[in-house]
Amino acid sequence: MYELLAQPWPWWVGGPILGLVAAALLYVGNKSLGVSSSFRHVCAAVAPGRNAFLRYDWRSVGGWNLAFAAGLLLGGAIAVHVLGVPMPDIDPGVRQTLAAQGVRDFSGLLPGDVFSIESLLSVRGLTIVVLGGFLIGFGSAYAGGCTSGHGITGLAALEWRSALAVVAFLVGGAFTAFVILPVVLSR
Amino acid sequence: MTSVLEPRSEPAPRIPRPAHAAPGTGAVIAQLGVWMLLGTIFGLALVKSEAASWFRIQEMLRFAGPKLFLVLGSAVVTAGVCFAAMRRPGAKALLGMTIDLPPKTGLHRYWLGGIAFGAGWGLVGVCPGPMWALVGGGAPVILVAIFAAILGTRTYAALRHRLPH
Repeated sequence: MYELLAQPWPWWVGGPILGLVAAALLYVGNKSLGVSSSFRHVCAAVAPGRNAFLRYDWRSVGGWNLAFAAGLLLGGAIAVHVLGVPMPDIDPGVRQTLAAQGVRDFSGLLPGDVFSIESLLSVRGLTIVVLGGFLIGFGSAYAGGCTSGHGITGLAALEWRSALAVVAFLVGGAFTAFVILPVVLSR
Repeated sequence: MTSVLEPRSEPAPRIPRPAHAAPGTGAVIAQLGVWMLLGTIFGLALVKSEAASWFRIQEMLRFAGPKLFLVLGSAVVTAGVCFAAMRRPGAKALLGMTIDLPPKTGLHRYWLGGIAFGAGWGLVGVCPGPMWALVGGGAPVILVAIFAAILGTRTYAALRHRLPH
């Protein structure tokens, strides 16, 4: 059993489990799966100011979502420290391109040379971690959801507006991967 | 034989709780436990299906491999079938509330916000669900990205009334 779980899970195992969790949230408590709202609830708890977007009872509205985020943390810890995460067998062309652009560490979930604490002192690390994180928070709040809220819940609920958001995610993501990231990585 | 000095204690009369009263502390903790358990399963599946892998995401965003499209696609189909079965008039969730997914409104926010989110996704190489999972998986730098994301959310809140939706 352990051997089986420790392997990388094929798409036909991982995907349906993600979908079933979205269904379980709706079935148990009418909750719609979405992770980016956890950022909003933290804002509402810590620094709401007089902002209408952040003035709500974050405990009753967002408590479930923050508990879910805590679960994500725990799940990630179990996956990495108990089951282990080998380097995925990605497309060799992409691997070659990334190496040519300056990525050195091909192991684990993230390239350690790009995502180290020391890297935060470089233009490369700052752009990727801080500017990237900022855009993720700004964009998901603006769009009203991220890859889980629009990508799973919205599409599964047959919302065409979520489909528009998902196409925009991919357009922005592909443009960054093809055009911006090569410049940033070689810094 | 029961002693007269120790009368059998009568259970306090139960006051029936109205259907939508605020739940007690025990119930709140139990519910938070359920959400956390579902989050744990979700986080495990994200990492083990490689949706939390920076390398897989780079492959996906370059349209160079099918795996994450298949993960997302099968998640949507699974959730979609379940949603369709659940969304019947008057359907109730286990906790008693009516099951409803409120319809979305507006137009511009989806493509403008979507492109901004996509650019951030391309830079960090992981989206919000995997960000939390990666912190658990031992990548403290991602905490900095989460802090930046919270700052981004706060910035949106401040600029919201000036942005087209």
